[in-house]
Parts: sequence; structure tokens; C-alpha cells
Amino acid sequence: MTNTALFSTPTDVRSDLSGDRPGASRPGSSPRFRDLGRLMALMTGDEKHGPAATSTLDALWVLYDRVLRVTPASADAPERDRFLLSKGHGPMAYYAVLAAKGFFPEEWLAGFGSYDSPLGHHPDRVLVPGVEIGSGSLGHGLPLAVGTALGLRAQGLTDSRIWVLIGDAELDEGSNHEAIAYAGPAGLEQLHTLVVDNASATHGWPGGIASRFEAAGWSAQTVDGRDHEALYAAFTAPHPGRPRAVVARVEPKNA
Amino acid sequence: MDTMRDRFIATTSRLLDEEPRTALVLAEISAAGFEQAQRRHPDRVINVGIREQLLIGAGGGIALSGMRPIMHTFASFLVERPFEQVKLDFGHQNTGGVLVSAGASYDWPAGGFTHMSPGDVALLDTLDGWTVHVPGHPDEAEALLRHAVAGDDRVYVRLSQQSNSEARPVTGDRFLTLREGRGPAVVAVGPMLDNVLAATEGLDVSVLYATTVRPFDREAVRAAAGGRGDVVIVEPYLEGTSTTAANDALSDVPHRVLGLGVARRELRRYGTIDEHLAAHGLDPVSLRARISAFAEQGARGAHRRS
Repeated sequence: MTNTALFSTPTDVRSDLSGDRPGASRPGSSPRFRDLGRLMALMTGDEKHGPAATSTLDALWVLYDRVLRVTPASADAPERDRFLLSKGHGPMAYYAVLAAKGFFPEEWLAGFGSYDSPLGHHPDRVLVPGVEIGSGSLGHGLPLAVGTALGLRAQGLTDSRIWVLIGDAELDEGSNHEAIAYAGPAGLEQLHTLVVDNASATHGWPGGIASRFEAAGWSAQTVDGRDHEALYAAFTAPHPGRPRAVVARVEPKNA
Repeated sequence: MDTMRDRFIATTSRLLDEEPRTALVLAEISAAGFEQAQRRHPDRVINVGIREQLLIGAGGGIALSGMRPIMHTFASFLVERPFEQVKLDFGHQNTGGVLVSAGASYDWPAGGFTHMSPGDVALLDTLDGWTVHVPGHPDEAEALLRHAVAGDDRVYVRLSQQSNSEARPVTGDRFLTLREGRGPAVVAVGPMLDNVLAATEGLDVSVLYATTVRPFDREAVRAAAGGRGDVVIVEPYLEGTSTTAANDALSDVPHRVLGLGVARRELRRYGTIDEHLAAHGLDPVSLRARISAFAEQGARGAHRRS
């Protein structure tokens, strides 16, 4: 399902914009996708993980490894790309990717959820380097991402991209629909929403999730959420003048 | 005289010119007043439509991007409807912003309870770190707004149609002592001052004027309450909102606190602001009766103790 060999020859259409992609900065020594299972096991004590824990893993990895222009060194730079994990539940994959990319030490992972650990069952931006928002309560990330896009644009930081990850059930929250309906007509080209769809929304999305975004004027595409090349292509497709939604389908939560 | 809301529009329009880190987020309310400012600053005057969760969430994101957001609509829709956004998108993210409401407790009585928000300050009291300004005059509203925008913290500015006849010098933190007496310390909050001054004319009480109610000026209340420790708080929002703060200020001395404000029960009446003030016992005659009775009870108690 996952082809880790693909990571050896990334073709980054944005490499002319910045040389600080984590994958590019440490050739040869970079952690690989296959390392993430070991990192997640430090939190769960289990080499095998349920779909809920890993539904976001591939999409997160492709973003952090090949798309986002942010590193531990640039985590506070105004012009960095932002990734906002809105779906803060089950953040093990997120923590594993951040640890793999050096935002915090691997040793932190073993304390996951304990009193003295900065790593909670929902992430806290005040406690974890590289975490842009504290999340857990659903429906906050996309409105925050809209505001971040507005704020960066107002400051002339138009090369920064904002990514927000939500779940298909999280899309039920009305606050997301306020944000979707506003961001399309507002033409927030810097804004990107990644919907990880594990078919967990109670009433589903008749007509498909992408159609909801398209109806609001977004550029939208649905891809296999385990196919790294498909994710990468969807993440980097041009969408002039419009925000972009990528729906990453993974195996159903209750399958 | 202009209203506080008029002054908010004029002052914020100037602040947008003067201070590039400011951004204004609207949800239709007052948008017409900001048309000129929006033309001058299309990237920093943002009307998200009738979307109050997005109003606060987008303001939170603007703060995360390093700017100073000002968010504005009626109090019901600014604080009550998107309350979890206020709680999480600022406090939990450890960022700051300026909420500016209009409508207050019953600025539009004919509009009914849907547009009344007597509970806004009490709700914010459940959160940490919010400064709350309740100006009593358009000049004070301008001063407190400028003070709020110049900072980095979380601030609520509660504007009202109700206004005192003259402006007082406000500092953005301390209560002002306007009268000194031997009886209770009467704390008049924002637009309640004129009625409190009229109600206490000739009474032997102290009158403090509070336009910044959070943080609560403990020292001023302690000093004014004196040895007897009697405090009356007259607030233009939910009765008892600041009673806990006054009790805490006097926790180490015997004291009594009378909290006056808008009653919890829904009035289900339209009419005028003055009619609502009278219905809640906040007109000068009612206030005088309630404050006098409280002072006399205290004096009798003091006599029995002596």
C-alpha cells in the first residue's frame, strides 16, 4: 500500500522557493516513513495501530517530508508555512512525524499523556515545539486557519501556505461550514484544507466531501490517502485565486 | 453627542490608519460604518458575513499570525453564541485580541431578549486573563479602546447606548474615587454612574467609579470600605457579577456586599432603556431606597456590635 522508496527521489515543484525542507536539509540521514511505526510504538507500546491512530499518518508524512516549508530552526519564522492539526484526537501520528523531523526529542514520546509530559492526548501549542494550535475540540482549526491566512496576507507574507487537517466527521461542525463558505469567495489562495476521510461521519456526505468545497468556490480533489505520490501531486497542484481542499480517503474507521 | 458605537467606528478607523498591526473583523454589524476604512485597508477590515463562530475563530488566527485583531458585533453574538471560540481560540492558544461589543444589556429594548446580553461579563469571568472595560461615556470608550488596542492581552470592551452626562479621566486599570463618606463604598460601573450619583446625593457614602472591572481594583475597594467593610456594587449587567470579586477583596475582614444589577429573570417587556432600568431597580429612586436600606442595616449592626 505504501511505497517508501518513493521518498528517495522527490520532485519538489517549490524547491526554488526555499531550501529548508526537512527532507532536503539532511540528505542520507533523514528519518524515513518506516521509522514512524517505531516512534508510534513508543507512545502506544504497540507495533500495530488501529485505523483511527494511523489514518492521518501518510498524509502528515508527505506534508512534513516534502511540502511544508517549516523546520525546527524556522518554527518561529514569520514566513514559515503553517500546519494546523484541527482534528486533535489520536495525535500519535502527528507526534511521531514531529519527532522524526526533529521538532522535539524522541524521548518525549514515551511519556505520552502522563502528568509531566508535554504530549497530551490532544496537542497544546504552548507545550509542544512546532505545534501551531492547541486542538481537541472539533471545529476550531479551519476558522483559525482562515484567520491565519488573512493575517499573513495582510502582512504581505503571501508565500506562506497554511494547511489545516480536519476529519470527515469533524466536517459536521457548523463552524467549518462558516469557514468554507467564507474562504472560497474571499479567494484565500494560501489556505489548504486536508480532509482525512475514514467514513466516520454519522450521516455521511452525500455527493462527496469535495463537492461541498467546490460549491463554495474551492479547488478540490479526492485521492487515496495511503498513496504518497497521489497525495503529493494533490498537495502541490496549482489553484490560482482559490483555496484548496484535498480529501484523503483511508480505510473506514469501523471496517 | 455621539454614541459609544459611533466613537468606536471613528476611533477604530483612525487606529487602522495609524497602527499597521491592527485588523478589524466584523460579522455585518456596523459594517456600513466601516466602508471607508475597508476601502483604505481591504486586507485589514474583514467582514465575514453573519458568521459569529468564524468571527472569533478568524480573529484567533489573525492573532496567531502576529497581528492585533479587533472583533465586533452585538454582545449576544460576540460573547454568548461563540463562547467556546472565545475560550479556546484565544485563551487556550495563549494569544490576545480585543472584543468590542454593542447592545449591552438592553440597548434595544424593543428588540427583545434575543438582543439582550446581561450575562456577558459573568461568562467572561469563567475565563482567565480577560481585562474587561465598561466605559460610561464615548470619550471614555475611545480612551479605553486605544488602551486595549495598544496592548497584547485579551480585552473585552463593552459599549452601550447608556451614557453618563460627562466623561471622567479613565486609566484602564484603577477605580476612581468620586465621593468619600463614612457609610458603604458604592461602586458604580460605567453607565450606572449618573444614577448612582443621583441616588446617593446627601447620603454619607463613598462613591467609586469603575470603568475597568477586570481585573477588579481590590485596593480601592478595601480603602473605601474602611473599617465597616460594606460594599455596594451597581453594575449595568447581571446582578452579582462582581460580588465574588468584592468578597475576595475583603476576605480577611468582616464585610457585607450588596450586588445590584440586571435581574436574572427574563422580563419579556419591550419599551425603553429607562423602563428597563426601573424594572430592574436601577433608576435613581430605587437605587437610593436599596442603598439606604443596606447602609441602615449596617449601621444598626455596627451599633449592636459596639
